[in-house]
Amino acid sequence: MAKGSVIVRPERCKGCAFCVEFCPPRVLALSPAFNAKGYHVPELADPEKCTGCDLCGMYCPDFAIHGFRFPKPAPTAG
Amino acid sequence: MSASLNPAAPAAFPICENPAEQFLRSDRMPSIWCPGCGIGTTVNCFARALIKTGIDPKKVVIVSGIGCTGRVAGYMHLDSFHTTHGRAIPFATGLKLANPGLTVVVYSGDGDLASIGGNHLIHAARRNIDLKVVCVNNLTYSMTGGQAAATTPRDAITATSPYGAYEPPLNLPHLVAAAGASYVSRWTTYHVVQTMKAMERMLTRRGFSFLEVISPCPTLFQRRNRLGDGLDTMKSYKELGATRHNANLADLDMTMGGEIVIGNFVERDRPDYLEAMQAHLRAQLQEQYVDPYEHAEAESALELGELSCG
Ligand SMILES: Cc1ncc(C[n+]2csc(CCOP(=O)(O)OP(=O)(O)O)c2C)c(N)n1
Ligand code: SF4
Ligand code: SF4
Ligand code: SF4
Ligand SMILES: [Mg+2]
Repeated sequence: MAKGSVIVRPERCKGCAFCVEFCPPRVLALSPAFNAKGYHVPELADPEKCTGCDLCGMYCPDFAIHGFRFPKPAPTAG
Repeated sequence: MSASLNPAAPAAFPICENPAEQFLRSDRMPSIWCPGCGIGTTVNCFARALIKTGIDPKKVVIVSGIGCTGRVAGYMHLDSFHTTHGRAIPFATGLKLANPGLTVVVYSGDGDLASIGGNHLIHAARRNIDLKVVCVNNLTYSMTGGQAAATTPRDAITATSPYGAYEPPLNLPHLVAAAGASYVSRWTTYHVVQTMKAMERMLTRRGFSFLEVISPCPTLFQRRNRLGDGLDTMKSYKELGATRHNANLADLDMTMGGEIVIGNFVERDRPDYLEAMQAHLRAQLQEQYVDPYEHAEAESALELGELSCG
């Protein structure tokens, strides 16, 4: 199960692909679709492998993406 | 995930928001920066460094000069000042001396800090004024069209060096260290974690602290020198970056296509300007000495409560 995910604000993205290139497990890809300004916006191509490390968020020069970790599931009894 | 740490941020700050968002003037986004420009990446590092230090954002002031990097102050949801070209450091010096309780950050470009403002940079380092200076070095005057700057490496093609630059560039870490800076480091926009950590260190230590971040200007510098786009440049930083914390500072010249020596080069404690002034005058004047700050600090704390940013 994926440990985390990303949130993208497509209207801010300028399609530089820093997030795609520097994601350690390389789970992102630029979508073939365009945003309103004509840039290709990243999407999770391999969501299961996202660790929520937020390195994409640190690299993004336009504050258009960030990663977050899912809360750890509560330990089940028994 | 990112509970708001910034009291100036809207009260109902949404969970799962980009951690940098609370420090941004969101209404001004998207920024004017070009696709693949490195300046925004450094801002991300800065926002995360602010969170890591747990510093009260109401006591952080950010001062920029003019330039693409000079836009940073205007995009930050902190008390911020966009000053005249080259004069961010004198302005910040005034702020710090008037209200030493503030953490004063200077965030500006290589041209602003080291060309037109170079004299201020040297003397702030010499006097060890407690400023945290972040210099985004894209090796050119970007905002005005990419002219050759004091930091432009030899052979670089710029708007004013069509046959290549022939002047030797300033080596900024060497310059500020020689002038007396108490903290000096250099990273690139590829080295986001190291950049964030250097910023964190600067924010929590006392004395003149200087961080140079080598950054792409794909629109002007990279394009004229056929170095590809922002992403190509980021990849080249990964290749060319050579971490050497104990490097001989004289060897840190920036060249076209050569290695980029990076690291945390200097960290030394010496009395900052205020400490030196107070200690000296106290010794000279003895019981006649009246510390101007004893009274002023209580007053400025009051004022800070009333002045909200934004
Ligand atoms: C007194 C004065 N001289 C010149 C200018 C024109 N000018 C504006 S920005 C700039 C250079 C900025 O270079 P840098 O500080 O490296 O910032 P960058 O745009 O590269 O981030 C210059 C020369 C000005 N605004 N004011
Ligand atoms: S959070 Fe980490 S793993 Fe997930 S997309 Fe971003 S960089 Fe990749
Ligand atoms: S780093 Fe940011 S601006 Fe660049 S492609 Fe990714 S989301 Fe878009
Ligand atoms: S001109 Fe260069 S430095 Fe200025 S925003 Fe564009 S890429 Fe960045
Ligand atoms: Mg510049």
